[in-house]
Amino acid sequence: MASDGGVSCLRRSEMMSVGIGGIDSPPLDVDEVHVLAVDDSLVDRIVIERLLRITSCKVTAVDSGWRALEFLGIDNEKASAELDRLKVDLIITDYCMPGMTGYELLKKIKESSSFRQVPVVIMSSENVITRIDRCLEEGAEDFLLKPVKLADVKRLRNYLTRDVQVSNGNKRKLPEDSPPLTLSHDSSDSSPPPSTLSPDSSDSSSPPLSPVEIFSSPLLSPLDDEDDDVLTSSPESTPSPVRRQKMRSPGLD
Amino acid sequence: MNTVVAKLQRQFQDYLVSLYQQGFLDNQFTELRKLQDEGTPDFVAEVVSLFFDDCSKLINSMSRSLERPENVDFKQVDSGVHQLKGSSSSVGARRVKNVCISFKECCDVQNREGCLRCLQQVDYEYKMLKTKLQDLFNLEKQIVQAGGAIPQVNIN
Repeated sequence: MASDGGVSCLRRSEMMSVGIGGIDSPPLDVDEVHVLAVDDSLVDRIVIERLLRITSCKVTAVDSGWRALEFLGIDNEKASAELDRLKVDLIITDYCMPGMTGYELLKKIKESSSFRQVPVVIMSSENVITRIDRCLEEGAEDFLLKPVKLADVKRLRNYLTRDVQVSNGNKRKLPEDSPPLTLSHDSSDSSPPPSTLSPDSSDSSSPPLSPVEIFSSPLLSPLDDEDDDVLTSSPESTPSPVRRQKMRSPGLD
Repeated sequence: MNTVVAKLQRQFQDYLVSLYQQGFLDNQFTELRKLQDEGTPDFVAEVVSLFFDDCSKLINSMSRSLERPENVDFKQVDSGVHQLKGSSSSVGARRVKNVCISFKECCDVQNREGCLRCLQQVDYEYKMLKTKLQDLFNLEKQIVQAGGAIPQVNIN
């Protein structure tokens, strides 16, 4: 079971609080990866939250872009006294939402000095190349095609804790990150425990390189988009693969 | 005792496979089952329950929007279909999702009759799936009560 310390069984009451907005989250352990998930669909929020928890992330799920900004404290001039509590390592948001779209939320996050370094991942049920490109150009870290699968979230989780921030901005995949997941029989995927190598996150400073990252071989194959097929592995889904371009890492202009 | 469990497990497996074969469920349901374990034995049941609640709400509101021929709010219907398509896709409710695809097409051309037909169909499909999954979850309960483990079922 996910070792994030969060309640693993989704009780009705917990699901309701996730549905309403989930703004009140308990104080966070600095070693835990904290993800802010934004989706107007309750079903999708429950699923993404579970996907993230099973990969050892702490999750705050909100139902709109406005709530997300409110949670981050971006929408007002509130002093960052509570910034420690608001350690956010990743923001994952649906694209199509009433009011504020995921794209608009992305822009606001990138405009914020406190949070522009936080990777933002966009989710969408529609595989529209122009939409994907627009999001990546605006600084989105990645784009996930819905319905989101465990393999997608595991991939995200991996690059969160082992991001190689080298000076030229190239992100390298470490060997253990590469193998695409096949349909596993195992419903209890044993994801690795929260990495002790995870970056010590004060807000915007770039994370220190861990020993693993420093010594990774330069002969490793450069990042490619080979694992696009992981996203659309379902035989039922439309065949066109998501074409993604990894843009420069946000903040390394 | 063992044969009782084995028999139930076999029943469960066959039933689940048949749901995939008949197109009620797709790969995403498999993905949901991966997220369930001994610590969260009701995860799938709870998610689909929320989904069915969603269906009921959305179908009702779309029905109201489609009610009067001279005043159909196709934007509202389209929004409802979009939400329904999204959540059905997220839980692996394949037939429901497929009806939503046709439904959207009717909406796009403002075909009220077509929309009404699709609405009826989507209502039928979600209720059918609800019954089927109820039977599946009952089998699960019986297995657990008989002291057995829920089998991992390999689809494809």
